Amino acid sequence: MSQDYPALLVIVPLLSAFIISAAGWVNKRLCFPLSVAALSVSAYSCIGLLLRVLNEGVVHYRLGGWPPPWGIAYYVDYLNGLVLCVVSVAALINLIATKKSIEQEFPEKTGPFYTLYVLFVTGMLGITVTGDAFNLYVLLEIGSITGYALLAMGDEDRAPLASLNYLYMGTIGACFYLLGVGYLYIVTGSLNMVDIAHILPGLYQSKAVTAAFIICMVGVWIKMAFFPLHAWLPNAYTFAPSAASSLIAPLMTKVMIYVMIRLILTVFTPAFAFTTLAVSHYIVWLACIAIVMGAILALAQHDLKKMLTYIIVAEVGYMVGGAWLGNRAGMTGAVLHIVNDALMTLCAFLVVCNIVYKVRGYAFADLKGLFAKMPFTMGAFVIGALSIIGVPPTCGFFSKWYLILGAIQAHHYDFMVALLFSSLINVVLFFRVFEIGFYEPFSDHEGHEHHSAVMAEAPLSMLIPLYIVTAGLILAGLYTGDIVNHIIRFVIPEGFI
Amino acid sequence: MGDLVQVVIAKYNYWIYITLMMIGLYAMIAKNNLIKKIVGMNIFQTAIILFYISIGMKKGGTLPIVEHGHGAHHHAVHAADYINPLPHVLMLTAIVVSVATLGVALALGVKVYNRYNTLEEDEILAQIRKK
Amino acid sequence: MKITGLIIAVLAGALLMYATVDFPPFGDPYSPASMHVSPRYIEKTMEETDVPNMVTSVLADYRGYDTMYETTVIFSAGVACFFLLRIFRRKEPGERLYRHVLTGVTIHVKKGAKLPPSDDFERIDTAWIPHDLIIETGCRLLIPFIQLFALYVIAHGHHSPGGGFQGGVMLGASVILLAISQDLRTAVRRFSEKVDALLCAMGVFIYAGTGALCLLLGANFLDYSALAPLLHTDPVMARSHGIFIVEIGVGIAVMATMIWIYCNVSSKGEYEEGL
Repeated sequence: MSQDYPALLVIVPLLSAFIISAAGWVNKRLCFPLSVAALSVSAYSCIGLLLRVLNEGVVHYRLGGWPPPWGIAYYVDYLNGLVLCVVSVAALINLIATKKSIEQEFPEKTGPFYTLYVLFVTGMLGITVTGDAFNLYVLLEIGSITGYALLAMGDEDRAPLASLNYLYMGTIGACFYLLGVGYLYIVTGSLNMVDIAHILPGLYQSKAVTAAFIICMVGVWIKMAFFPLHAWLPNAYTFAPSAASSLIAPLMTKVMIYVMIRLILTVFTPAFAFTTLAVSHYIVWLACIAIVMGAILALAQHDLKKMLTYIIVAEVGYMVGGAWLGNRAGMTGAVLHIVNDALMTLCAFLVVCNIVYKVRGYAFADLKGLFAKMPFTMGAFVIGALSIIGVPPTCGFFSKWYLILGAIQAHHYDFMVALLFSSLINVVLFFRVFEIGFYEPFSDHEGHEHHSAVMAEAPLSMLIPLYIVTAGLILAGLYTGDIVNHIIRFVIPEGFI
Repeated sequence: MGDLVQVVIAKYNYWIYITLMMIGLYAMIAKNNLIKKIVGMNIFQTAIILFYISIGMKKGGTLPIVEHGHGAHHHAVHAADYINPLPHVLMLTAIVVSVATLGVALALGVKVYNRYNTLEEDEILAQIRKK
Repeated sequence: MKITGLIIAVLAGALLMYATVDFPPFGDPYSPASMHVSPRYIEKTMEETDVPNMVTSVLADYRGYDTMYETTVIFSAGVACFFLLRIFRRKEPGERLYRHVLTGVTIHVKKGAKLPPSDDFERIDTAWIPHDLIIETGCRLLIPFIQLFALYVIAHGHHSPGGGFQGGVMLGASVILLAISQDLRTAVRRFSEKVDALLCAMGVFIYAGTGALCLLLGANFLDYSALAPLLHTDPVMARSHGIFIVEIGVGIAVMATMIWIYCNVSSKGEYEEGL
């Protein structure tokens, strides 16, 4: 059984998606238990796989029984194993937390919603676990198509257009990635990532390899919303249904950052990416601009959800800059931030989900007096906000610490200044929300103002998963040392400074 | 100059397909009408498909189906006699992906049209701003 | 926007063309792509999978995992179009129009009453145009032959160009031809939406299920040689049969999805009138 974990973690959700689709036509109430069962088996396999990797080292799995590069093979190492666990656990928690929200927003179409949900998670897990460059493209498209559909069913006025714009940009990004893989195939003749890495070192001077790297990077940057290619993200995530945005926002961009790190570390080894190509300096500058612009644009917003989406743009800047700093601390910070940012974004968007479920709006005007009305939700929000700002012992502090350390070691003081600037702006952003929620008297929609609101908290099925994530934020912070020493240390190859 | 002509003649197929790709990319970015953007997307993806197929060409190779393959088997099969089947396989997948994306894009276009009664992006933005 | 688009397209095109300097020439039989991985596919396809069509054996066996996800992509596009567009009309339209086929007299039935379905009266929409007898009859005669050819293409994917995707699209096209030449309602009556959705899921389930069966029998996922004891043949023939089974699954899934997407997009989700 444990031999099959690499296959099980994608196959079980995939098969369940088809069963859920059929079950949706027979009896809608079967869909939720089936989805929970599928994602639980998947999460169990991911954790089991990570434990296997910790014991044995890199795990290989051949699909169809064919050896790579003639067949498709999975290649699971420490980086993969960590991201897989984060993705599957986050998706499972989100599924349980948003059950009531889905039933409220999609009473007739719960079957297709759960089908698309499980297929999206399958896509994300598949992207993370595969070792074949073309397979990654196909799974990326599964994740993208289900994402476009899930995001388009929100606010009736703006969501379809926002999703259509996401579709255009996302397709350009995926096609650029495909083109990059094509260029690599022309010069190496292989599609398997490890095989390409063996063949490439003799070809570093080839212009085709340089072009392949640039196009692949640009494609992945479009999909992860790296400034200035981020224009699709705020609208697409803001107008989406709350269950979909709390699924897609934590996962899609982080998995794309995983793909970028995989391309840098495994396919085009660091020797090529940092030494031969010599653009890392400019990319870190671009990341600084991304962080600053994300922070400034977040300040200009008047509703909570859009503010959070601009914070995601800034966080992507942290991770891209950290990865391209070119030293061990920076890369550690970037990988650690993948885990931490997924948790923080999940916490923040689950809070928004709770707020939308009770108050039916997410603008700042709707948040008045919310601390009295929904104390538990806002308590979790406070911890999430502290984590995004970077206050110990929450996890956000530790990844920022590694990033700043890496910036100092690489003499990139501009990156360090951008990180500190962004933390300050986050303080302003979140304390503004706290002030509105705590001090403003609660007003119901007739315009009367009450000073003592009756507590109308979200139901337990939405609160308990939220608190599990919040506890995860603190635990991830406290156990940072373990995560870094036992897992992330082995992600980065030995020769890296 | 003769060198440049040599390079162009040796690789003219790639240049034609890259030109097509850029036409599609330009349409996706610059056009105002949502359907024209979808058409541009289709041109872009089709050009990538043609690009991959041209990788598999071999001078003197024939279709990738083993001749006299059924019934009396087992003549020796030489790789140089058949063109490369792998790009064809990859592009079967890419064609299906492009059709699927086209379907979802058209569905979204229908939804946008139902709401705004127009497919021109500037008119839609004007309607949104007016609200 | 136009100038930005032009600059981006020109820069990207220049980068891509500049990189082609290092490519092997067009049609070079010694290029890395032709020398590294594909010779094994070409030379060993008969002895490892017993399928002369190399494209099919690579598609469904060597890289069968990719093809499974490709079928999942088309399935998710079908579900996505359904999810986005479908409107379940709860209230019946207040009035209906019926036309007597033989005389051409139109009857306007008010207040939600209905005529029972019969061959003498046909239900027409507000945008109805007279159906052309030649088109209707011609298409009705063609459809069985299209379907027969589609089944031939699926079954002969091993020996000639073809396979599940190509045959599935043709099967879907035959039903769409019925919908275009006659009426969307006629096509939906013959091939209802529920059957369509269930077939779509069943088709991909056959593919993934075959792979899972191989997993349960002890081999890796999608390793068809594990099916040999089940099919009473040797592992090589089991691969050939395994490829055939998954091609059938692909054909069913693609057919059902094409019809589903057409019905949803052309009727804007209402399933009342098509193109």
